[in-house]
Formats: sequence, structure tokens, C-alpha cells
Amino acid sequence: MIDLDFLAPYDVSPLTLVAFALTLLGYGYALPRLPPDERPGRLRVFTFTIGVLLCYAVMQTRFDYYAQYMFFIHRGQHLILHHIGPFLIALSNPLPILRFWHARISPAGRRWLRPVAMAYRTVQHPVVAPVLFVGLIYFWLWPPVHFNAMLSRQLYWTMNWSMLVDGLLFWWLMFDPRSPVTAAALGHGKRILILALVAIPQMVLGASIVFSRGMVYDVYEVCGRAWPMAPETDQLLGGLLTWIPPAMMSILGILLLLRRAMHADEKPAVQPAITQGSAP
Amino acid sequence: MTHHRALLLLVVVLAGCSDPGPDWHGKDIQNLMPDLAFTLTDTRGQSVTADQTAGKIRLLYFGYTSCPDVCPTTLADLRQAVRALPETTRDDIVTLFVSVDPERDTPERLASYVRFFGDRVIGMTGSVAELRDLTRRYRTTFGYDEPDDHGNYEVSHSSAVYVFDRSGEARLLLRPDSMPPGQIRDDLEQLAREQPPS
Repeated sequence: MIDLDFLAPYDVSPLTLVAFALTLLGYGYALPRLPPDERPGRLRVFTFTIGVLLCYAVMQTRFDYYAQYMFFIHRGQHLILHHIGPFLIALSNPLPILRFWHARISPAGRRWLRPVAMAYRTVQHPVVAPVLFVGLIYFWLWPPVHFNAMLSRQLYWTMNWSMLVDGLLFWWLMFDPRSPVTAAALGHGKRILILALVAIPQMVLGASIVFSRGMVYDVYEVCGRAWPMAPETDQLLGGLLTWIPPAMMSILGILLLLRRAMHADEKPAVQPAITQGSAP
Repeated sequence: MTHHRALLLLVVVLAGCSDPGPDWHGKDIQNLMPDLAFTLTDTRGQSVTADQTAGKIRLLYFGYTSCPDVCPTTLADLRQAVRALPETTRDDIVTLFVSVDPERDTPERLASYVRFFGDRVIGMTGSVAELRDLTRRYRTTFGYDEPDDHGNYEVSHSSAVYVFDRSGEARLLLRPDSMPPGQIRDDLEQLAREQPPS
């Protein structure tokens, strides 16, 4: 039996509800209107939807309640918001949908979007993006900041949204399907290097939480835990979730990029054959 | 250019985080938490709101009367801290004890419990839904353990005391489990001095 109450948000955030509804509606509206050769296939649509729904589930269901009162569930929430959800969304390559909507923006609207485009280019700089990606994790896990974020509703939502937005930016930079040869996308080597580099500080942070003797995040003591669990166990599990799965996501990303780079390497060998007219 | 600006912004943000402000032993929660607001039931079975104690410094604490150690210790510490204040200040401070165990904590039971901790303690409780709303407002929670053979069960709840000033603004988070009553006294005196009674 499914507990339907579990699906109700613990702390209703109208902005979050609207943002997720618009995302899914925007995707669903554009999908059948795309030319067939650009339209994402079933697997890509599925990957996108799962990514979006995962992020929604950790923000607007009872999961959010447990994330507020258990450190390790909070780490799981950020694992989904910063890694798994955006990873799936970027991997599904929603570029045709974005192009569809971009073509419908009026020239006046595009002028308004110019500062956004500038900010986007800044944060997607190959040095800025990984620093921001790791920096945000360190910032929100800095004990005094973390304490405040768990006490203040406004800071809490700022924290979760900043993780989600930064996750989307970072994984999009990693999985941008445009070829670095023909578009302004980042080269595969640089992407792989970034993925390897961001894994290290995350592992250091996770390990330092796992091996710390005292309580680093005592806000969960103050506010009460969702269920009675030894604080050390909670912190240990939270540390492990900060340490291992993010490193695995980096490895998974590297493998996917290596596969893509290998395919890209094979192409030039095929092309001369076509120009020589040996193809049937 | 843009990098310099980003760096500057970071410095401003970090400086904002370490702004010293007035010195407290407890945790300063001004602007982090919402004003004091609740509608619950008092020990006479009547509706009680935050407005009824406006003008006083209020100490909000969640607990339950069957609580084996934390609640009695905390309430005793608060009583000790308030008693150490000058007499004129003592009357400016009220403790609001909210029971998160309405099933067992009837108004009568709550009344005799809070009476034990002095006459400046107001006992109150509400329906589980009302209590959930209030605890969510102050980013805390409570939960019930499985009852044992005698029907007794433990209740998990916040160990902190939320301090609201005379105008109802959230000011301090006190942790009596790691704070001697002398420090609680100091913080309360400083807060009382800051806003003399009108």
C-alpha cells in the first residue's frame, strides 16, 4: 500500500511547485511540435522526466521533512539535487526543447535575457564552474552556515535551489552534446579533467566528516531528529553519502565522456571514405 | 573584470557571516526565524495566543510531562536562571512550555507539572496538527516511540529554548544542555536591558 500522505509536501513552496510544473509543461508542449529528426526519443524523454521527478520528490514530498531533521537524509537530498537529478537531465540532452522555446522569445525578451546570458558564460567558465560546484558544497556544509540554513526557512530554500541550479549548470557543461570542434562547447579532455578534479575535494570533505570524532553538525541535536538515531551514526552515514556517491558520479561521467570521445575519434576515419565515393 | 567582481561579492558575503554584533552566550537567531505566533490551549482548557504575553520576554520550550530527564532539567535551569535576575526583571520573563504529547498531557496534568517550576511558566498544548504547524514554524520536530507493555512511550523533541523579545521577535536559541544557568541569566538580562518595559 502506498502512503499517499507521503507525496504531500512538508513545507509547501509555491515557487518550487510553479517551477517544476512549468518545466514539465514546457517540455511536454514542445516535444510533439519538434521536427521528427530533432525530437528526443523515448529513452531521452524518460531520462529527463525521471531526473525532474527525483528533484521534485526530494523538495516537495515528505522526503523533505526527513531531510530537515536527519543529517544523512539531507546529504541524500543534496546528492539528488546536485548530482543525480541534474546528471540525468543533462544526459537526456534537452537542447532541442530549449531551442524550441528560444525561437519563440521576442527580440525585446532577448534583450532582457542578455544579462542572463552573460552570467551564464561567466559561471560556465572552465575554471569558475568546478570551483563553484565544489565551493557550494563546502559553503553549505561549513558548520556555522549549515546551522543557520537549517534554522531559517529562507536560507534553507536558497540552499536547496542553489544546489539544483548549480548542479544543472555543471552537468550541462559536462554533457553538452555539441561538438567542441564546431561549437563553443568544452573539449572532452577538459571535461574529464574537471570531473576528476572535483571528485577529490568532495572525497576529502566526506572523509573528514566520517572520521571526525566530535559532532560537526549539532543543529540536528537542537532541532530534534525525525526518529531516535545515534547522532554518530547519522553523521557517519551523512559523511559516507558526501564521500562515495559523488566520486562515483564523477567516474560514471568520465566513462560516458570517454565513450563519446572514442566515437568522435572514429568519425574522421569514416569521412574520407565517403568523400572518396566508396560508399554505395 | 568579472572575476574581480565575483571575488568582491564573496568577500562581502563572508564578512556578513562573521558580523560580531552584540555578544551572546546563546545563538543569535534574529532575522533567521519568524516572530512568535501560536494559538494553543492553556491549562484551563482555554485558547491562548502569543499576544496575551506581549511586552514580555518569552522563552519557548517544547517537551512533555512524562519526559524523564531533559524537560525537568531544562525547566529547572530556566527557573534558576530567572531567579538569579534582579526582581524587577524576573516579572518580565515568561516561560512557555508547549507539550507535544497532547494524548497524555491533559490540562490538569500540565497544570500541576508547570506549577512545580514556578508561577512564571505557562503550560500549553494543542492538537497534533496545531503542534506540527508550530514546530514546523520553528524548524523543529517531535516524534513518538513505540509504547512499551505499560503503554509508556518516549517522545523526541527539540532540546533548545527559543527566546523572543518583548515585541515577539525571535532573538536567541539557548541550549541549556550545554549552557550553565549563569550564561542563560546573562543573556536574559542583556535582552531585558536592551528593551526596557513600556
